[in-house]
Amino acid sequence: MTRTPLRPLARILDARAKGENPELIERENLRQRHDAMREKARGQAQFRLTLLAACFFSAFSLIGVRMGMLAGTEAVEPRNASAGIEIQAGRADIVDVKGRILATNMMTHALYVQTRDLIDPPRVAAELAAIFPELDADTLLRRFTDGRSFLWVRKVLSPEQMQLVHEIGDPGLLFGPREMRLYPNGTLAAHVLGGASFGNEGVDSAEVIGTAGIEKFMDDRLRDPAQSGQPLQLSLDLTVQATVEEVLATGISMMNAKGGAAILMDVNTGEIVSLAALPTFDPNDRPNNPTSGDPSDSPLFNRAVQGIYELGSTFKIFAVAQAMELGLVNPESMVDANAPMYWGKHKIDEFEGHNYGPLLSVSDVIAKSSNVGTAHIALMIGGERQQAFLKTMGLFDPAPLELVEAKGAKPLRPAKWPEIVTITASYGHGMSGSPMNLASAYATIANGGIKVTPTLLHRTAPMMGERVMREEVALASVAMLRRVVTDGTASLGDVPGYAVGGKTGTANKVKRGGGYYEDKVVNTFASVFPANDPKYVLVVTLDEPVETSGPKPRRTAGWTAVPVAAEIIRRTAPLLGMRPQVEAASLDGLTAVNN
Amino acid sequence: MMRPVLYALSFLAVIALGFWAYRENYATQAALREVSDLQNEIATLRDALATQRAEWAYLNRPARLRELATLNFDRLGLLPMEPQQFGDATQVSMPPPPVAEDLFINNPQDVMGMLDISTITPADPEGEAVP
Repeated sequence: MTRTPLRPLARILDARAKGENPELIERENLRQRHDAMREKARGQAQFRLTLLAACFFSAFSLIGVRMGMLAGTEAVEPRNASAGIEIQAGRADIVDVKGRILATNMMTHALYVQTRDLIDPPRVAAELAAIFPELDADTLLRRFTDGRSFLWVRKVLSPEQMQLVHEIGDPGLLFGPREMRLYPNGTLAAHVLGGASFGNEGVDSAEVIGTAGIEKFMDDRLRDPAQSGQPLQLSLDLTVQATVEEVLATGISMMNAKGGAAILMDVNTGEIVSLAALPTFDPNDRPNNPTSGDPSDSPLFNRAVQGIYELGSTFKIFAVAQAMELGLVNPESMVDANAPMYWGKHKIDEFEGHNYGPLLSVSDVIAKSSNVGTAHIALMIGGERQQAFLKTMGLFDPAPLELVEAKGAKPLRPAKWPEIVTITASYGHGMSGSPMNLASAYATIANGGIKVTPTLLHRTAPMMGERVMREEVALASVAMLRRVVTDGTASLGDVPGYAVGGKTGTANKVKRGGGYYEDKVVNTFASVFPANDPKYVLVVTLDEPVETSGPKPRRTAGWTAVPVAAEIIRRTAPLLGMRPQVEAASLDGLTAVNN
Repeated sequence: MMRPVLYALSFLAVIALGFWAYRENYATQAALREVSDLQNEIATLRDALATQRAEWAYLNRPARLRELATLNFDRLGLLPMEPQQFGDATQVSMPPPPVAEDLFINNPQDVMGMLDISTITPADPEGEAVP
């Protein structure tokens, strides 16, 4: 750009010659220059503003167009996203310890009716009634025509039934997919599994909810979509469970019992290998809860967990173990066993009026099941310490099992604990517990005195429990239990090669109004095997058994529960991979406490 | 001189790119359709698998197996497992050691070569030691 001079010489000289003021020329030029500069600056500013406006306009219109597109188009799932293998809808399976299926799901269909679309309601009603015997044609027709537009007919259909309904061919009959809970093993482990039913129902799907047993206890875990691919693994073993149920059922029918329960438990981990309660039911077709009568008469009643019975002489070992723990006695100590014993107005007697006294060794008190001997030991311990010990053994609280029924089964015990209760509780009378309570207490003894918490779930980590008694005491107690079988009341319980040890218990049933039945008993055999290195605890309870092979009916556990337990051990121990062992000449655990 | 050629080339390039984009678009749509077909198939197969697993469990339920073992007892002779069935490895009657017939020389061959006597064990350990 050529710069115009403010004082061009030619014009100045010319002006001077004419006598004009040359300053005016300079001012005039200066003004022109400023005008030019201002024009230029304005142009620049205008350009910047326009550019800025253009930027904003395009940015906003871009956003606007995108928003319009999102609002105007229909939402579509991204089609190229692949579903992972683990993502599966529905309830998780339940499997046994070896991965065999105990509960799974199956697709079926539910049948419903849109009454407005029905072409020939009377014919449809008649044909449906012919397919499903539980439906009534007249009732169906009344429901089709009473003005409602929608009606459920059946919750689940078999494929054959579905085909038959298709063949009716009426457009008002419609099917909704349903996921159904299936228990392929039928009645097996029914009390553990419980059952399931439909919760909220829609046309396209229905909620499956657990109604009892572990299905209800673990409902949140089983329904969790994140874990639906992983089956819930229980500690039960399908084969062992089937064997236990078979033997127990045979035993119940041979002993003319009303029912029975068996619990087989691993003493080191607390895992329950088998939990059987008879009579049983089919969880695929779970009966309704009884509304009247004794709940224990219903097949739904889980005798192993809900059955609160006086467990009888099986409790004696707790008194003896505690006395040894406190250093009051050792297995060889002699205690007063002179029967009958009088305490206040109460008379404490032995079975069938025996007298094992005047003195009996502690080991023989257990072997012969002496009430009087145990009573004297309990009096040495005293009520306070006895209660505290029974509580640590878990005999005062419901067994912490993964079943909804377990919480309600609280052991019964007297509110006050006078000395007569100390005496009777020591041999298992006047307080009650479930076979499950008993099994975990025996497992604690068999586990070397470390408390065992029972579980139905497969434990992957080792169990840490508190120590309840010294290891020598636990060993000596197991040795005493072994003597009960070798030369005591449970001689029928011996299984060659498995060194069974255990304690029998017979208790008369409590009448509803109070008092005891003369001829109704609950027999229990709590056993530990093998006694030289305890691996499993088996508790067998029979409800109202009577053994009639002899001249007069026998109702003691030694004749009823013990042979059943022995047969269970004989059949299940090989299944558990235990090889029969030649026993050492004598178990010297009896002297272990001394040194 | 160069300009028309450049114009023509870029025009052709645009056409080529358009053709490529068109084909890619349809290829993508076909792939997406295939994915959704495969996913449907996977879901169906998974359902079938679950059904078959349930059926397998149902057919292998212990009660049925017990019944079948009883029905076929004369053919299979299956009995429940019992403690006395455990055995010792020594109780198993092992087959006799194989008699190696070709160890006997019944068709002598002429063999020539060096014999390394130190590696041969004597046929009769009681006999004379081989130097």
